[in-house]
Amino acid sequence: MITSLTRALVAATVLLTATPAFAALNILACEPEWASLAKELGGDKVNVSAATTAMQDPHRIEARPSLIARARSADLMVCTGAELEIGWAPLLQSQSGNSKIQPGQPGHFEAAAQVALIEVPTRVDRSMGDVHPAGNPHLHLDPANVARVATALGERMAQLDRGEAAGYRERTRSFLERWSQATARWQKEAAPLKGMPVVVYHKDNSYLVKWLGLREVGSLEPKPGLPPTTAHLSDLLAQLGKDPAKAVLRSTYNDPRPAEFIAQRANIPAVMLPYTVGGTEKAKDLFGLYDDTIARLLAAQK
Amino acid sequence: MVKAPVAASAIALMLAAPWAAHAQDPSASELARVRDEMKALQRSYEERMQALEKRLNDAEARAAKSETSAAPAPAAQSDASTALPAAAQPTPAPVAASAVPAQNAFNPAISLILQGTYARTSRDPNNFVINGFVPSGGEVGPPPRSFGLGESELVFTANVDPYFRGALVASLAPDNAVSVEEAYFQTIALPQGLTLKGGRFLSGIGYQNEIHQHAWDFQDAPLAYQAFLGGRYQQDGLQLRWVAPTPVFVELGGEIASGRSFPGSDSNKNGAGSAALFAHVGGDIGESYAWRTGVSYLRTSARNRTYDDVNAAGAAVTNSFTGRSRVWIVDGVLKWSPNGNSTYTNVKLQGEYFRARQDGDFTFDQAGAALTDGLRLAQSGWYAQSVYQFLPRWRVGYRYDALSRGTVNIGVVTSGAATLADFPALAVHNPTRNTAMLDFNPSEFSRLRLQLAADKSRLGATDNQILLQYIHSLGPHGAHRF
Repeated sequence: MITSLTRALVAATVLLTATPAFAALNILACEPEWASLAKELGGDKVNVSAATTAMQDPHRIEARPSLIARARSADLMVCTGAELEIGWAPLLQSQSGNSKIQPGQPGHFEAAAQVALIEVPTRVDRSMGDVHPAGNPHLHLDPANVARVATALGERMAQLDRGEAAGYRERTRSFLERWSQATARWQKEAAPLKGMPVVVYHKDNSYLVKWLGLREVGSLEPKPGLPPTTAHLSDLLAQLGKDPAKAVLRSTYNDPRPAEFIAQRANIPAVMLPYTVGGTEKAKDLFGLYDDTIARLLAAQK
Repeated sequence: MVKAPVAASAIALMLAAPWAAHAQDPSASELARVRDEMKALQRSYEERMQALEKRLNDAEARAAKSETSAAPAPAAQSDASTALPAAAQPTPAPVAASAVPAQNAFNPAISLILQGTYARTSRDPNNFVINGFVPSGGEVGPPPRSFGLGESELVFTANVDPYFRGALVASLAPDNAVSVEEAYFQTIALPQGLTLKGGRFLSGIGYQNEIHQHAWDFQDAPLAYQAFLGGRYQQDGLQLRWVAPTPVFVELGGEIASGRSFPGSDSNKNGAGSAALFAHVGGDIGESYAWRTGVSYLRTSARNRTYDDVNAAGAAVTNSFTGRSRVWIVDGVLKWSPNGNSTYTNVKLQGEYFRARQDGDFTFDQAGAALTDGLRLAQSGWYAQSVYQFLPRWRVGYRYDALSRGTVNIGVVTSGAATLADFPALAVHNPTRNTAMLDFNPSEFSRLRLQLAADKSRLGATDNQILLQYIHSLGPHGAHRF
C-alpha cells in the first residue's frame, strides 16, 4: 500500500516538477507594500505575487487554497512578521510542504526583524485587545523603515539568487537613492502637518503619525482588534468636544461607517488613506503610496 | 532533492581539499572561491556580533530608563536614518530584544480552549441513537441536559528541530477523563512539496474532519460524520501529503494507520488496519470567492467490533461484526467576502456527501444465541450548511442533515434465525435534522452561540434541542484552517 502510494507520488512529482530550472526567483509577499518593494529590487529577475490586497485586513486573512498553492512554489516569502500574519502565514508554511519558506530558512524574510518597532507593550494581556507583543507591526508607513527593509531584502535576494546578485545590489542602491530623495521631498511637503490632531481607526497608522509628528487624540476601536462600538464612539465624541481633532483617519480596508459617524458629528473630514500599495488609484507603488497619503492629509488640513 | 547533490559535492570538496592543495590541481580556483566565501561568512558573523552587542547595549539602556515610557522606540536612531542614504549604513539590528527568560525561550506555544453548554432537549440524550445505522460508540448525540462542561482542549506546538514540528492536543472531558486528541510530528524540511506526519492525527479525509471541534460552525458534528465515522476520524499512523507546484491548489494524500476507531476496531494484527486516500483541489474565483473541493476514500477492517442492542424479547444483547468497511466522501466548500475582506461580512457554504459500505460476518447475541451470518450494508448520507456573518460580531447559520439507510442485509434475518425486531438499532429509518444557529463573537477569541435543532435521528420521534454554548480561546492567536 505505502510503497505503491510512494511510487505514485514520486512519479507524479517527477512529471509535474519538470519545469525549467532557470526560472526567476518566485516571491510571495504577504502584503502589497512588500510585493511592490520586491518588484523595485528584483525587476524582471523575480516573479512577485501579493497574498493580500489593500482591500483586505492583513490581520484577518484565511489560508485559502490559492495562497497555499502560491506558497508551495515560492523561493522567498516576504512578510511583515511581529505576529501581523499569525492567523494565516503559519498555515501557508505548514500546509504548502515548502521547506524553503519555513521560519529560520533564508526563504523566509520578516520586515519587522529589520527595524525597531514602536508601541512595544510592557505588559501583554488579551484584556487589552488583540495586542502584538513584539510591537506595532504596521511599520511600512515610516520611510526610514522602508529603507532599512529594502537594504536587508535586497541582500537576501542576492543571497538566494547568487547568479543575479550584482543586479539586485545595483537595483537596491538605485532604489535607496530615489527613496532618500523622495523622503526629503515628503518631509518638506508634510511640514505643515506637524502637530495636526487626528483620530485613527486602528493602530495601523501609528508609524505615519509618529513620522509626520501628527497628534493622535483617539482611536475608533475601543481596543486594538475590537470593532468600534456605539458606546465607545459616543465617549470619543465627548472627548473630541474638549480636545478637537482635525480629521478622522481610516485605511481602505476599514469599515467607512464609524469614521463617517464621528466625522459628521464632530464636523471634521473623514480621510481615507491608502494604507498600502493599491489602496487608492494613485498609490500604484511605494512612492505613489506616500505621495497620495501626504496629499490627502494636506487636503484635510485646509 | 536538488540540494542533496550540491551538499554531497560540498562535503566531497571539503574532504578532498588537503589533497587538492598538494596536487596543485585545477580546483585551485574552486578553493579560492571557497576561501572567499568563508571570509564573507566571517565578515557577516562579525557584523552580526556587532549588531548583537548594540542590541544588548540598547536593551540595557532601555532597562535603565525604566519601563514607564509607552513608546520605547529608539527615536534618535529613526531620525538619524531618515537622513539616509541608508545604503551606506550597516544592516540594522534585527528583532526587538525580548524579555522572555532564556530557559523559557524554547517552550512550545500553549493554547487552551474552554467550552461549555446549557442544553434543553425534548428527548433524553442518554437514549440517543441514529436508527438504521450501526452505533459507532463515538462522541455522538446532543450534550447532556442542563449545564454541561464541554471538552477543554490544551494545545502545545513547537518546532522540534529544523526537520520536524510537533503538536499535542489533549482533551479534558467533563467526566474528568483526559484523552489524546492529536499528538503528531510533521516534517518541515522534505523537498518537492511533501509533508510526512506521524502519530495520532485527525485524518485528512473530507472537509470538516480535520477541523477541531471548537472551530466548527455548529456545536455538533453533521449526522453523516456521527453515523459513518463516530463524529470524526482519528488515525494512529502515518500520513504523506503532496502539494502540486501548480497555480491551482492540488493536494494528494495517503494514510496508513492502526484503524482502531470506528468503523474499524482493534484487530490485533501486524499490518495496517486502515488506509485512506484523499485529493483536494481549490482556488479563487476573482477576489471575492474562494473554493475547495475533494474526494476521499477510507478503508478499515474490524474484528469483533461490538455494540449493545435489545432483542425482540426486550433482553439486552451484544452483537459483533468482523469484516471491512469502506467510506467514500465528496466534499466542497465555497466562501464569499467582499473583495476578500472577511472582517465585516462573509458567507460560507459547505457540504459533504458520504457513501459507506460494510461487508463481513455478523454475530447476533454474542454471549447467548451467538448466531453468525453475513452482514452487508450500503448506506449514504449528506449535509449542507451555510453561515453568514451579517455584522462584524454576528453570524447566523443553517444546516440540513439527511441519512439514507439504503441496503441493510442481515444474514441471520434473511435465513430466518432472527427477525428485524431483534435489531432495533438497525430499524428501517432515514434520519434527518434541521439546525439553526446564531453566534456572537465579542472578539476573535470568544464566541457565544445559540443553536436550535429538530433532530429526527430516532425512529418516530423528534428531539427538539435548544443549546447555549460558549467557546473561549486562551493563549497565542490560533491559525484556523480554510
